[in-house]
Parts: sequence; C-alpha cells; structure tokens
Amino acid sequence: MTYLRPTFKHPDLPKNSLGYTFKDYEGGLSTLCAGCGHDSISAAIVEACFRQNIAPHKVAKLSGIGCSSKTPTYFLGNSHGFNSVHGRMPSVATGASLVNQDLMYFGVSGDGDSASIGMGQFVHAVRRNINMVYIVMNNGCYGLTKGQDSATADVGSKSKAGSVNIFQPIDFAGLALELGAGFVAQSFSGDKTQLIPLIEAAMNYKGFAFINVISPCVTFNNNVGSTKAYDYVRQHIDATGTIDFVPTHNEIVADYKEGTQTNIKMHDGSYLQFNKLDTDWNPLERDSSFAALQKARNSQEILTGLIYFEQNPTDLNTMLNTTNEKPLHQFSANELSPGSAKLAEVNDDFR
Amino acid sequence: MKPTDIKNPEYFHKVVDCQYACPSHTPVPQYIRLIAAERYSEAYMVNWESNVFPGVLGRTCDRPCEPACRRGRVEEKPVAICRLKRVAADNKDEVKQYMPAGPFAPNGKKIALIGGGPASLTVARDLSPLGYEIHLFDEHKKGGGMMRSQIPSFRLPEEVLDEEVGYILDMGVHTHFNKYVSSLKEIIEDGYNAIFVGTGAPRGRDLASLPGRQEGKSNIHIGIEWLASVAFEHIHKIGKKVIVLGGGNTAMDCCRTARRMGGEEVKVIVRSPFTEMKASPWEIEDAIHEDIPILENHVPKEFVIENGKLKGMLFDKVHAVYDEDGKRSLVPTAEPPVFVEADDVLVAIGQENSFPWIERDLGLEFDKWNMPVVDKTTHQSTVSHIFFGGDAAFGPKNIITSVAQGHAAAVSIDLFCSGEDVHVRPSPVTNLVSQKMGIHEWSYDNYISNDFRFVVPQADKSITLKNLKKEVELGFDVESAFKEAQRCLNCDVQTVFDFKRCIECDACMDICPTSCITFTTNGDESDLRTRLKAPSNNINQDLYVSEALPTTRVMVKDEDMCLHCGLCAERCPTAAWDMQKFSYITSKPGYSWQAV
Repeated sequence: MTYLRPTFKHPDLPKNSLGYTFKDYEGGLSTLCAGCGHDSISAAIVEACFRQNIAPHKVAKLSGIGCSSKTPTYFLGNSHGFNSVHGRMPSVATGASLVNQDLMYFGVSGDGDSASIGMGQFVHAVRRNINMVYIVMNNGCYGLTKGQDSATADVGSKSKAGSVNIFQPIDFAGLALELGAGFVAQSFSGDKTQLIPLIEAAMNYKGFAFINVISPCVTFNNNVGSTKAYDYVRQHIDATGTIDFVPTHNEIVADYKEGTQTNIKMHDGSYLQFNKLDTDWNPLERDSSFAALQKARNSQEILTGLIYFEQNPTDLNTMLNTTNEKPLHQFSANELSPGSAKLAEVNDDFR
Repeated sequence: MKPTDIKNPEYFHKVVDCQYACPSHTPVPQYIRLIAAERYSEAYMVNWESNVFPGVLGRTCDRPCEPACRRGRVEEKPVAICRLKRVAADNKDEVKQYMPAGPFAPNGKKIALIGGGPASLTVARDLSPLGYEIHLFDEHKKGGGMMRSQIPSFRLPEEVLDEEVGYILDMGVHTHFNKYVSSLKEIIEDGYNAIFVGTGAPRGRDLASLPGRQEGKSNIHIGIEWLASVAFEHIHKIGKKVIVLGGGNTAMDCCRTARRMGGEEVKVIVRSPFTEMKASPWEIEDAIHEDIPILENHVPKEFVIENGKLKGMLFDKVHAVYDEDGKRSLVPTAEPPVFVEADDVLVAIGQENSFPWIERDLGLEFDKWNMPVVDKTTHQSTVSHIFFGGDAAFGPKNIITSVAQGHAAAVSIDLFCSGEDVHVRPSPVTNLVSQKMGIHEWSYDNYISNDFRFVVPQADKSITLKNLKKEVELGFDVESAFKEAQRCLNCDVQTVFDFKRCIECDACMDICPTSCITFTTNGDESDLRTRLKAPSNNINQDLYVSEALPTTRVMVKDEDMCLHCGLCAERCPTAAWDMQKFSYITSKPGYSWQAV
C-alpha cells in the first residue's frame, strides 16, 4: 500500500524566478478518494503559485471542515496554515488579514462549509471584502458523511442512492455578486487550462476574490442523473471566455478577433487578457454578469470563467484605513505586553 | 501521434531498459525481485535460462544493462544489476534439479561445435535437451574458452566456471578436449548435420614492426597468450618492472595479474587520453586501487635493448585533437621521447579473428577483412549447414553477446535440422498480467527506495596481491543485496492505460512524482514533446499516446522518468490505469511449438 510518495522528481523540471520547481509548492500525499476533483484543484493552486513566483512562506492557507477543507494539507506544504472550526474559516481569515497584511490568504472551503454551517460567515466575509482568494470546492454533496445532498445540489439532481433533490440550490456566484464581491469566477476542476489563470488572477486581485469550482465527488456524486458528475458538467459547461494572466513585465500581444478581447488592468500593473466568447455580456458590469448567470441557469448550463471583475477594487483594510498597520508578529514582547503600569493606565480610562 | 500499439510486444520490451539493453534479454527486474524475496535458486534459474552463465557473468559481465538502467537517469547511479546476479549464484541451493536432465531421447542429428567458449556452450545447452548429439572440440584441457584463458581467477574463481560449464557438459555433450581442429574440411567430412564455429578472436595484436621487437622477444608477451599461460599454469612469474600496453579490459587483467606474479612496478601505458580508454570504468578503478599508474597519451616508439636484453621502452608524447566531426587524431607534442624502464612488456592492444584452419575452397565466403560472411540474424554462413557465433562471427565483443549469438545460432541450427526456413524466426514468449491485489495493493513492492548504490566490498589488497587465486570482490552480503535490490524500479511492471475507462479527472497527472503524464491535445511527436508537463528531451524513450478521449484530448506518457511506482493506478478512480507485469523471453530452440 502506498501512502508514501516517492521523493524523486523529474531532474529537468523548470524553475521559477525564486529557483523553485512546482514540486516545492506541493504538500502531503492526499488521502481523498482517488479521482476526487479537489485534488485537481489543489494541483491547480500549486501550479498557479509556482507560476506567480510566490515565496511559500508568504502564503497562509485557511480552511474549515470537510473534504475540501482537508486539501490545504495537500498543497503548499511550506506555507502557513490554519484548519479552523466547521464553517468558521472566514472569521480566522478576517482576523489574519487585519493583523498581517503581508501574507497572501487562500481560503479553501466546500459547499457544506460555506453554504450550510458556514453560510453566515461566508456572506459577511464577502460584504467585508477581505483581501483573500476564497475557493469553494463545490461537489453538491456531503462527501465526508457519505454523500447526502448539500445546499448547492440542483433541483432534480439525483443522488447515488437514487433520491432526487427537491430544494432550490444556493448559487454561490450569484450570492457573491449580490453581496458586492469584486472578483467572481466559476470553473471546473477538470479544466485546469481555465482554472489556473483564474487562480493567478485572483491571487493578484486586491480584495475579495471568489472562485466557485465545480468539483465532482467521484465516490458519492458521480452517477448518472447528478448535475455535478464529470460527464454532466462536461456536457453542460459554457465557458464565458478564456483569460490569460499577463505579468507586468510582459508585453500584451493580441491575437484575437477585434471586439472580443479586453485587457483588464490589475492594480499592480499586470493584465488579465480576457477573450469573451459570449458577445452580449460584459464582465465589467455587475448587471450584465447577473443577467448572464440567470440566462445560463434558465438554460441549465454551467457558466464558467471570469463572471465579474470590479476594476476599482477595495478591501477591508482600505475601508478601515488600517493599511499602514504594522503586522502583529513584528511587535516586540514589550509592545505586546507593556506591563502592569500600562494596564493600570488603561483601566483608569474606564473608571 | 497515432495511439501507441501496446499489443506489439516490442513497445513494452523497450520500456524495460535493462532487459532491452541486454544482448540476451535477461528479465532483470524479475530476478532482482526474486533476490529481494530471498528466492535465490529461482533468481539463478531466471538468469540461467537467458544467459547460461549467471555466476560467471555476475562477476565479469560488461553490463550493458547498467548504463541503460532507468535508475541512473532518475538519480545518479544505476542498480548494481551485475553484482546482484552474483548474489543469486552465491546463495542458490542445488539448482541442477531444475535443469533439463539427460539422457535425452536422441533425435538422430549430430552437431559439431568448434571452440569451447560461451557461444558454443550456449548452443550445446540449447540443443542437447532436444536430443541432438553434440560434439564439442577445444584445444584446451577444459571448456570455457576465453572465460578460462583470459579472465584471471582473482576475478572469476575456477570453481565457479567449472560448475557452470559442468551443468552444460553433464547434459551428455561429447567433449573433445586437447584437440585443436586444424581443418574444417575434416570436420565436414565427418558428416555432421550442422557445424557451429565458436572459436573466438584468438589472435592478440602485436607491435611486430616496432624497433627492438625481435631482439627483446623473450621479455615481450602478447597479453591474451600470456594470460592463458598463467591460467593453465605454464608460467609463474614476471619481472619486477612491467609495462602493459593498451587500455582495454585485457590490459587491466594483464596489469593486475602481473602485480600478483611478482610485478612490483607495473605501469599501464596508453596511446589515447585516459578518458577514452576502452576498459570498463570499474576495471580501471580496480587497477588503480592496486597501485598501478596509468600513463596517457604515450605512443610506443621502440623497445630499448641493451646487451641483447630488454631495458624498457621509448614513447612519443602526444595530445588528442578533434576535428569538426569529433574524429580524434593524436598529434605529437614535440617533447623529447619518454623512456620507461621495464623487465617485461605485455602487449594488450586488441585482438582479432583468425581462421588459418578453415580451407578457402569449401564454398565458405570470406569478406575483404578476411572475416567469414555470416548472416546477422541467422548466423548462417554461405555454406548452409555451417553457422558462426560469438567473437568468431563478428569480431571481439563480450561474453553476454556471445551467449546471445549462441542462442540465435541454436535456433537456426534447430530450424535448419528440422528442414525449416532459418529466416522465419520464432516470436518471443510474452505475457502481460495485472499485479492488482487490492485497492492499494500490488503483488510487487512498489515502494521506491531512496538508497544510493551500495558498494561491493573487496578483500584487502595485502591479501589479494599475494594470491593469484584469491577473489578480490567479496560480493554483496544478503542484507545489502536486499537493499540494493530494492533500488530496482520494476520497469517490467508496466503502466497500462485503457482510454475507454478514463473520466479525465487528472488524478494520475497530478500525483505522478516525476511528472510523466500529461493530458493534452494531440500533435506530432516533436510538437507533443514541447507541451508535456515536464521537459521531454530524451528522444530515445518513447511517448505512450492513448486514443482520443471524450474531450478530444489524449493521454501522453513520457516513459523516460517513470518510476513504475503505481501511484497513477492507485489514484485512478476507474482503473483506467493498471500495473501489469510484462514478461518477454526470447525464443529458444523448441519453444515455438512448446507450450510455455
């Protein structure tokens, strides 16, 4: 039995500007089911971080409970991590982003963690606009407890046991749009060509960047009749367009038909090269994005790609005017524990 | 690219790099697993079937398998395949019970084997059990050919050779030792159904025209002749100062033997740069370890004779210059000639074929190099019932090549004697069997060891240099043999992909530790190689390409760095990947109509 991954790697792997190969961004060997979509998303995060030349110690991974929330163990093994209480990752993310703005935050959650037990936390994280990448690994079922329908299961979707879901699904993308998220994307774990640039763009976005990734549960929700099975998703996927992340130093080369390409400037000077496939919709306008989501829903299609992009982003620290605060970890012991005299002074203020 | 045809056994055969590189295609990973399981006798028999002399080859093989070993690409050094083979031979139980035992029912056909070396012995072993009456002729008093006369006993103990030659001769071979065949015509007239010539490359090259060669002849010896005289105990000592000319394995054997025969200052002197010496690196290492300096870029100028006695040699110093095509020429450096003192000189600058005993009016054609015209595949000469093999066929190579050629010639002889077309070669016997035992369980040990190559211990030179017969290498003990065996990547356990089952979840691509697997759109090979997950620069290693998948992509696996760890198959939710053991055994005479 192999739960040990060989340590050998391909000797000629390319290195990024920090001298790391993508293997340096991997984590432990996954214990999820073979073929789980979540593993594919983990691999996409690994590749995105490798391409973005990010130093592993500059990243924090935060998660709650669930199959999805186990994944931070399986990527970025040299980064910080916090596995919180079920559905409470946004609280930890809020606190972390306030006390250390130097780190890049990956929040990883699932449909149970974010749409059921953690729904209250999720919506507040969106409206507070925490500077983080929030990835939902959405499989429409509770895989860890043997596949009951989750709150994102579509009406009419059939479970492995044969029961049909009768309740309306929570639409993560629509919800995030409604609550004012500045970066909203949807993707599919089986389409890394689309997913990796989306993650790269999200990493460079200043503010709350949300990606809802359909990720089939290969064990409990990959059956005929399920709307989150590999086959179903592949048949009903409708990509809004393709994007490429173009780092600051690269010149933009347009090779697409006129009128379909938009170059979206990021705050750091890099670009998103966005090629729209659907011409009657504009990802830079919230109304238009709503309409596109609704249209896809009516025609039972899964809209993937970059759904909405706010060109003038803001985030929690900007709103609170705390962008110049020193990270907590840089405080000395004396500053953090100024002694009884200071305590007495503080107490006096309250008398 | 077109989908890979894995039904063609040559595809997976090539993936097993060691077996593919071995001239007689020994199933290396198979016997290495048996050694790890302490099943030494079986490991020995797997070898014996393919290469006939496991004990001999486990000490002396040129090991073409090792440079080919995938482990050597994944990390620094290949598995010590050769010395593991010796472990099987050293630790086996009685193996004769597993070998074909005579007397065999005669088939009425009579075969003559001329020369008693590895090629002839292989033919004898392959044909005896089929009922052929085998007559083996050799000029020496025992069988073994160059394995006996040219390989010193401190590298190959006589009892090991005797044992393995014995297994063959005991099958009922009629031996004619101490019989130098001086006329092929006479043999032909004796009415054999087929004749096999395995007389090796018996003539050592000389420096006949070098000044002083004649005057100093009593102290100037031809390397292989001198080694034979030592082996058959005709000579027992050599001068204190010895020069060995030549940079091949024979030169290494000469210098090390000289150290044991009384040579105190033994020097190897080569024309070429040190890095271009033909000897195997490990043999050069062993010579240096025995305090034998190697002087490079010295071209022999003359033998220096004083008062009718050899005093030493003069050499011109040169350096190597390479032209645009990489062709080397040795250009004099204009330094004065160098004198090296010597009591004896051993000339080991190569050997060549020689057929003074073959009459040229028998219809047997010779080419412009005075070599017999022999078919590369069938080993048949221009006289239909005369076959050549080993060094006698295509010039000096090595033992394992001779064995492979012996097998091929035996197949031809059997086809010929059965009245069949020798050009229709029997197919190899192949099989492909799943190794799956459970969800994460395989019937092979797929754990990848991180150990580096283990070094074979040697006896101390204070002992070995005093005793010509004391074997220098001690062989692996059982414990380090196990660890070394675990370094093997089991390349014969193939990753077999069934595109119909694949749901394109990417799990295999994500888990592969060496990034061998990519799902991408198809293209021609040179294009595909640029689009794989890891660089794909080793074009000698194939790409395994599947049929088109539902998304129109294909699975492309670069075989180059595959660890055969089975993680792709463990990660596959639909068992589209499976680990299947591929066996490939070259056909031996009698196999084609025999259920194996």
